Amino acid sequence: MRTATARRITPFVWAISAVAVLVTLTLGVSIGAVSLAPLTVWSEISSNLFGTASNSSSSEATIIWQLRLPRVLLAFVVGAMLASAGCAYQGTFRNPLADPYLLGVSAGAGLGATIAIFNGSGTTRFLLPLAAFAGALGAVLLTYSLGRSAIAGRSSTALILAGVAVASLLTAIQTLLQQQNTDKIREIYAWVLGRLSTSGWNDLAIITPYILICIVVLLRYRRVLDVFAVGDEEALTMGLPVARARGAIIVAASLGTAAAVAVTGLIGFVGIIVPHILRLIVGNSYRILLPLSVIYGGVFLVLADILARTILAPQEISIGVVTALLGAPFFLFVLGSSKNGSVT
Amino acid sequence: MTTLSVRGLQVELDRKTIVSNIDLELGVGQWICIIGPNGAGKSSLLKALAGIIPSTGEIRIDDANMRDLSERDRACWIAYVAQEPIMPAGMRVFDYVLLGRTAHLKMLATESPKDLEIAHYVISELDLDKFIDRDVATLSGGERQRVAIARALTQASPIILLDEPTTALDVGYQQEVLELIDRLRKEKKIAVISTMHDLTVSGLYPDHLMLLAAGNVVVSGSAEFVLTPENIATHYGAKVTVIAHESGPVVIPERNS
Repeated sequence: MRTATARRITPFVWAISAVAVLVTLTLGVSIGAVSLAPLTVWSEISSNLFGTASNSSSSEATIIWQLRLPRVLLAFVVGAMLASAGCAYQGTFRNPLADPYLLGVSAGAGLGATIAIFNGSGTTRFLLPLAAFAGALGAVLLTYSLGRSAIAGRSSTALILAGVAVASLLTAIQTLLQQQNTDKIREIYAWVLGRLSTSGWNDLAIITPYILICIVVLLRYRRVLDVFAVGDEEALTMGLPVARARGAIIVAASLGTAAAVAVTGLIGFVGIIVPHILRLIVGNSYRILLPLSVIYGGVFLVLADILARTILAPQEISIGVVTALLGAPFFLFVLGSSKNGSVT
Repeated sequence: MTTLSVRGLQVELDRKTIVSNIDLELGVGQWICIIGPNGAGKSSLLKALAGIIPSTGEIRIDDANMRDLSERDRACWIAYVAQEPIMPAGMRVFDYVLLGRTAHLKMLATESPKDLEIAHYVISELDLDKFIDRDVATLSGGERQRVAIARALTQASPIILLDEPTTALDVGYQQEVLELIDRLRKEKKIAVISTMHDLTVSGLYPDHLMLLAAGNVVVSGSAEFVLTPENIATHYGAKVTVIAHESGPVVIPERNS
């Protein structure tokens, strides 16, 4: 008799992934206005962590520790969150087009950020992430309460439609505010397009705990996401508390996305592109897809950030523009080249 | 000993009564088949028993009130196979069958070797070994039905509800699936409630037929008792001849001209 086991990531894929992460992070720290040799980067990091000898100068050390490393790690953490949130939404809604901004997260964060930019002057730097975070969470709560009361949590379509309605409403309010304060449109626009330039380690330290918890929670639901694939009715009769499980997944994905968006603004396409490419390679089981989305979401955003910093150097392009420029055509290419477009 | 007993079951959707006053008793290894014209409420009755749609009235298994149980505990008693089970593209037959263990796992747990063993056992029992690595979405109608039944068996519940298990199948697959269900209830003592479309087929295997019309049980009993030209004329509005055959009554629609 042939024996099969449950789907899991093979050691080979783990090994490739580990190499991909190391190489990408090293490139991210090496490449820039002042380019550093990968060996210099590693000897500096190892000297700081393990007290080994370092061959880097003090200015190189400053570039590595104060500029590059926090930025690269922020890109990795945010990319990991956006991709895994997208992946989890796609599973729980059985909708391959679901993305981390599905339930109004982006519109809510946008409104929050806009209000903060209008009202703050010197304090904006501090208030903006908080306001964006509050806006994102408020929008998701609004969507969830509207969608649930519509059909008592029995249909996921009601929830998605509520998300569309909430997003339109909040975007309209944001546009209204913008038109009354046209002088600050530039600032708002820069936020909306997404940015990874940071103030050292602060942003990373603020959002990492949230994102880490959310990713760990989502990963624990990876088998449940496979159960969702048979549809709500059958999943229920198989013993899955459908409404409760979906609620928990939505909360974790939205909270993590809100934390990411609060610091970096809106970075699109990561949550759709990364899980989709992975689907083509490793199949549709969330036991594999979700952990790999965490890893390659991080890798993707670090690579996108390298492009954002280098294409028009010394100028820097908004990271959201890069992900869209890369993401949209690639997405279409992938759709077109897969047989009869059945990416799911 | 496991007996499902239903008293005064009622289903309302959008304030319309879909099914009412259903009483039934289902003992170990018994097979009750629900028949009735389109829109009579057959599928709704089954979904209410499975806990998919809300209902009122009593549903008990031995001493346990099904309405007090969690989704998981209920699934340990009652498994359900939909009329057209959703077959997720890209999922292997083995992974699909293994999902049946959900009711026996804590929500965030993953399967133990024992769960894998049970899935393997069911797969070989149903002679599905050659399909084990196949993508479920590529299976034919009869194979899908068998794989879905395998999933339900992996759930290891004493009662299985089957919604139109043979409607989409040609006669060969029909026979194969019905023989399988019949074998399972005899060998594994699994009790079955199914709905069925084809009257002659409904008289072949089940112990007991319930004819549902406009949400009410109008006739209930053996195939010979339920499948009469009079009953079928009254509730289906069809003119039929019924011929007694050793396997069961054969229902033949009559030509008008």
